[in-house]
Amino acid sequence: MIIGITSSVLLWYGLVQWTPFKAFNRLPDPLSVIIEWVSTDPDYGLSIFTKDYYLHILYSTYRATVAFFLALILGVPLGIMMGWRANFNAYAGALLDFLRPIPPLAWVPIAILILPGDEPAVIFVTFLVAFFATTLNTLLGVRSIDPDFFRAAECLGATDQDILRDIIIPGALPTIFTGLQIAMGAAWFSLVAGEMIAAQYGLGFMILESYNLVQYPTIIIMMATLGIVGYASSALIRVVGKRMIRWREQATGIGQEAET
Amino acid sequence: MSQAGSISVSNIQKIYDPEGAAVHALENCSCEIPSGKFVAMVGPSGCGKSTLLNMIAGFDKPTSGEIKLDDQLLVSANTQTPPNSDRVVVFQNGALFPWKTVLENIAYGPIVQKTRGRGQAEEEARELLNKAGNLERIAGSFPGQISSGMQRRVEILRALINKPKVLLLDEPFRAMDTVSKSKMHQHLLDIHDKFRPSILLITHDLVEAILLADVVLVMTTRPGTIKVNINVELPRPRSREMILSDEFTELQKQAIAAVHEEARKAFERGEKELA
Repeated sequence: MIIGITSSVLLWYGLVQWTPFKAFNRLPDPLSVIIEWVSTDPDYGLSIFTKDYYLHILYSTYRATVAFFLALILGVPLGIMMGWRANFNAYAGALLDFLRPIPPLAWVPIAILILPGDEPAVIFVTFLVAFFATTLNTLLGVRSIDPDFFRAAECLGATDQDILRDIIIPGALPTIFTGLQIAMGAAWFSLVAGEMIAAQYGLGFMILESYNLVQYPTIIIMMATLGIVGYASSALIRVVGKRMIRWREQATGIGQEAET
Repeated sequence: MSQAGSISVSNIQKIYDPEGAAVHALENCSCEIPSGKFVAMVGPSGCGKSTLLNMIAGFDKPTSGEIKLDDQLLVSANTQTPPNSDRVVVFQNGALFPWKTVLENIAYGPIVQKTRGRGQAEEEARELLNKAGNLERIAGSFPGQISSGMQRRVEILRALINKPKVLLLDEPFRAMDTVSKSKMHQHLLDIHDKFRPSILLITHDLVEAILLADVVLVMTTRPGTIKVNINVELPRPRSREMILSDEFTELQKQAIAAVHEEARKAFERGEKELA
């Protein structure tokens, strides 16, 4: 991993410093970006020592978190209902299939018109992609459960409530977590675009703003920060998922006993 | 576990898709599973064995005819008693919940039926594991960590803890190698000797059927009905050595004759493997 990062930074440095292509000349080299990033007195006003830097991170993280949890709270139950009850799927599925292909950014103008202010609009478009990913993966997760598990539970006297708690949720959980990771990734993607269009703070806003103000090193700093924050959020979901799905780790990690 | 029940199947007919190309799965099918007896059902693939088992379990209902459990109507064309712990199925491909430990799986029935608290149910599950041959050491394992033979034994125990009136085994040893299979036969015989539940076992294996059962029912090819009813009067407790006895060979001859005639019919009709 270290070799990969080092060599790509070197490549970047080389491209900027030594190639004759004009296109690369405007790109700041890694050294000046890092110097700007850790400077106590940054040329363009943003470094790890300035309050504003963290304010932008905080705004973006806040929006992504709100959107993600809204998607979780609404998407998982919807996906479960769609996977479990065929007639429910007949209604909700048709609507979802129609809305899903619309790119999230196409919603921005309508969202700004309907919702009070820019802030809810940005959160809404971020939520939307996360919501689709969560709902569809939950649906997939419920459908992937072996039908014999439902029958076995019925034989043992389980009620609908027991089946939901003991079969559907644990059975769909691995796929739900895959969906949540996809949702988180899609949320950041959509958030940055949303912030570029309709926000006064945030990492996405700052990338476009720095471009307009010709503060090129700041663009790279914001991009790298997005990479770090995005990776961290995804890793967090993975860790939580692993803890909740212990049975899977154990079942695949240890060899089978020979005795019958 | 003395609450074994008797199942009586009378004149069951099952037609799939009555409007379109009607498939007669079962026709005029009648049989009995007497209380505490072990009944094995053999027959060519797609003859409706599993359909019959699903009806008894409450997953399906007949086009006509009726099935009774201890003289109570269980299913008919208009009645379908939902699945319940008095008729527990052990599935062909295994259906232990992989996210629950062996102990949690076995204790599951009493807990959801609220007949026992969690503590007591798990205590009973532990006892049952011990009775079935010192299996307590696997109580905390997840199903994916134990062998497939062990999984089957646990699944049978998960059924037994509910003291079902009838245990429905849908080809539980189908995917096993010969050695594991013969070990499983011994375990199942032990379980039958100890707990005496009524058992319906569906199988393709004639030796298995004769070795384990009190009655072997041979089914005809589709539309399925009972062709021959063979009483197996080998003494219990049974052991594998009985396979070599003359009595066993004689029973096997009878069964083979009946099964092969039906298998040939099915083959000539070009039926695909469906079971």
